[in-house]
Amino acid sequence: MELKINGKPFQVEENSHIDQLLKQLELNPHQVIIELNRNILKKETFADTRLSQGDTLEIIQFVGGG
Amino acid sequence: MNIFINERATSISSNTTLHQLLRENKPDADLLIVNGFPQKEDIVLQEGDRVIFITRGEQPTAEELEALMMSRHTPGVHEKIRQSSVGIAGAGGLGSNIAVALARIGVGHLTIVDFDLVEPSNLNRQQYFIDQIGLSKVAALRNNLKRINPLVNVTAINKKVTSDNIVEFFSDLDVMTEAFDAATEKTMLISGFLSIFPDTPLVAASGLAGYGPSNTIITEHVAQNLYIVGDGCSAAKPGQGLMAPRVGIAAHHQANAVLRLLLGEKPG
Repeated sequence: MELKINGKPFQVEENSHIDQLLKQLELNPHQVIIELNRNILKKETFADTRLSQGDTLEIIQFVGGG
Repeated sequence: MNIFINERATSISSNTTLHQLLRENKPDADLLIVNGFPQKEDIVLQEGDRVIFITRGEQPTAEELEALMMSRHTPGVHEKIRQSSVGIAGAGGLGSNIAVALARIGVGHLTIVDFDLVEPSNLNRQQYFIDQIGLSKVAALRNNLKRINPLVNVTAINKKVTSDNIVEFFSDLDVMTEAFDAATEKTMLISGFLSIFPDTPLVAASGLAGYGPSNTIITEHVAQNLYIVGDGCSAAKPGQGLMAPRVGIAAHHQANAVLRLLLGEKPG
């Protein structure tokens, strides 16, 4: 099914969850902020949040330093 | 007509000039500021003008201190922000610089949380002094802020922020800032704060290490109520340190974003 990630179309398997998406994108779940359909997700919910056709995501990676 | 002299409302006759006002009120003043900008030439005053007279070398009275400190502000800014409350998670390179900038402009209340102590490796970028090594950062910063602007209320909490205590430390804020070091702490704070307070804007930072170009540090509106400052990629790591110039740029991007949000403007 198709999602939009950071403005670009992206294909994932049916029944994917956020944690699987992050594995697919090779992103560390502890170093990203995810906005799903205008809501910022809590890290603890990544495994339980199922993706649907047409979902819009912003995925922002963070780097250390401050 | 009505004008303000050192923030005191005063009635004067029309066509009064600045230098006349000076002679009548504070003839020894050598710095004249009108509506936020130094004014050397004589001008005719207008209704509502805000005039500040400062005599170099003279200690201001307690009543006048606030007005004189804020006399170079854009008119109207200080009245708005002196009622505001800003949170700062982390009192390191970003947090201490953000706190100093916001204290200088007179934000009413700052809540600053950090568990750490001042140690020598902090001093290449953080707003602490040699004689503060060993003190808790929040206590040292609070002292520094009091010396900069005694009128700012500072809540200094010497604890580690976790997702469980965000609600306890950072309630009732107008704007929140993320000023941590580790990427995992940044995301913990951001997702934790915005899920509890989705309507409070948060200004975070990512990518400010090294001595790369200043111009790649930007402020971006990335998601509802989330603004990120930095270049997004310059991580602190072996071979790439954190140093005052570039850290300061990011911190001041954050502070200016906070100011804009407090004044109803969109940062970035």
